[in-house]
Amino acid sequence: MEIQLTLNGKKLTCAIESDTLLIDLVRQQGCFSVKRGCETSNCGLCTVLLDGTPVLSCSVLAARAAGHQVQTLEGLQEEAEEFVGFIADQGAEQCGFCNPGYVINTIALLRENPDPTDDQIRAYLAGNLCRCSGYEGQLRGIRNYLNWRKEERHGNV
Amino acid sequence: MLKIGSYVRAKSLEEAYTLSQKRSSVILGGMLWLKMQNRSVQTAVDLCDLGLDKIEEQEDCFSIGAMVPLRALEIHPGLQALTQGAMAEALKHIVGVQFRNVATLGGSLYGRFGFSDVLTLFQVLDAKVELYHHGVMSIREFAEFPRNTRDLLVRVTVPKGERRVCYLSQRNTATDFPVLACAVSEAGGHYTCAVGARPGPAVVFTDEEGLLKNGVSRESGEAFGAWVANRAVFGSNMRGSAEYRRKICAVLVRRCLMQLEEV
Ligand SMILES: Cc1cc2nc3c(=O)[nH]c(=O)nc-3n(C[C@H](O)[C@H](O)[C@H](O)COP(=O)(O)OP(=O)(O)OC[C@H]3O[C@@H](n4cnc5c(N)ncnc54)[C@H](O)[C@@H]3O)c2cc1C
Ligand code: FES
Ligand code: FES
Repeated sequence: MEIQLTLNGKKLTCAIESDTLLIDLVRQQGCFSVKRGCETSNCGLCTVLLDGTPVLSCSVLAARAAGHQVQTLEGLQEEAEEFVGFIADQGAEQCGFCNPGYVINTIALLRENPDPTDDQIRAYLAGNLCRCSGYEGQLRGIRNYLNWRKEERHGNV
Repeated sequence: MLKIGSYVRAKSLEEAYTLSQKRSSVILGGMLWLKMQNRSVQTAVDLCDLGLDKIEEQEDCFSIGAMVPLRALEIHPGLQALTQGAMAEALKHIVGVQFRNVATLGGSLYGRFGFSDVLTLFQVLDAKVELYHHGVMSIREFAEFPRNTRDLLVRVTVPKGERRVCYLSQRNTATDFPVLACAVSEAGGHYTCAVGARPGPAVVFTDEEGLLKNGVSRESGEAFGAWVANRAVFGSNMRGSAEYRRKICAVLVRRCLMQLEEV
């Protein structure tokens, strides 16, 4: 079947099978930031934004995305750039495999709740598993970024 | 892996219902559970274009479409107020935000899963389920409806009104399936308790023995908790033994009752 969707701002027409998963479609389109970690809907590595909402692309049919907007990290570089350095500064990543899913879900969190508490950050990112780090580094990185942003905004008033 | 011959976005409930009558067809909710199965289906019927993804507040109830994602229920202010936060408590431990943005209420209830936090909570809300062919029935009736029924769950209604609700679950690790799930509500002096993840589907208990007739205290809460724990049937699986579940059950029921008193 043929579907149309918008991927990272670009309108696409793609030929897919009825059971093609969204993760396979976006990877076929060169969006290799989207990783397959578990395929049992548990790890969050395959997170993409569907009409701005974070979803597991390993568990959504490409056919269901027809007519919708899909964003992967490739299309969210600018928004990610603001805070990923803070996470890197904490040495929070080791193998880095979980990072794209983590970053996309952090973008979704900060859009929904620009000033989250540590518990709200933990709760929102609970579905992003990291096998290397223990999560504290990522949390410190996001916290440092939020503190920095507050100071910047305060300073600019 | 789920193999699908053809994918159809139904244009009406009638079309979805007709297509779903074939044994080789399947209705797609969020597809999260379906995808865990090793199965080939001829036709996958998607309900996503039928406007069933809305939560509507009506005069006497909340009407929730079958395709409403669990996350939408979790953050809905009206449902939080109605359940004093029990809705969010029941849902927020299920895997992760991205998962709950995909998993639907319809799929969660239609499966009548043993481990279900969702079925456990809705059992104490006096909820009604609307099936396209079999009509409206209480969720308790639906929970016992034959599993091989091929119907469509269209929406769920949750009545408004004075009801205190508490939900607690025990998990071995965050985001895992519950070892035990427990919901208690009180309306007009009547207590309803549902125990899920036994590991069988949630079962409901009311205060038949009048253990709570003089109100909830630590003693009466403990007595009711022990009574429920003795009545409920528990099983063992890799997450916990029947005996462990029985012990946890008495504690969770008592804690739910005590928390209700603080509402
Ligand atoms: C890894 C994993 C972990 C989970 N952990 C938990 C947990 O901790 N607690 C918990 O409560 N749940 C848990 N669940 C269950 C999950 O929350 C959903 O309940 C489940 O995925 C079903 O929802 P769905 O929308 O994905 O339905 P689907 O998988 O699409 O459908 C499930 C069944 O319902 C049928 N169906 C779907 N919608 C309708 C409809 N409207 N009318 C008729 N039939 C319909 C389908 O044909 C299918 O048979 C977990 C699931 C997975 C995969
Ligand atoms: S690959 Fe999608 S959740 Fe793990
Ligand atoms: S850094 Fe290796 S999985 Fe997260």
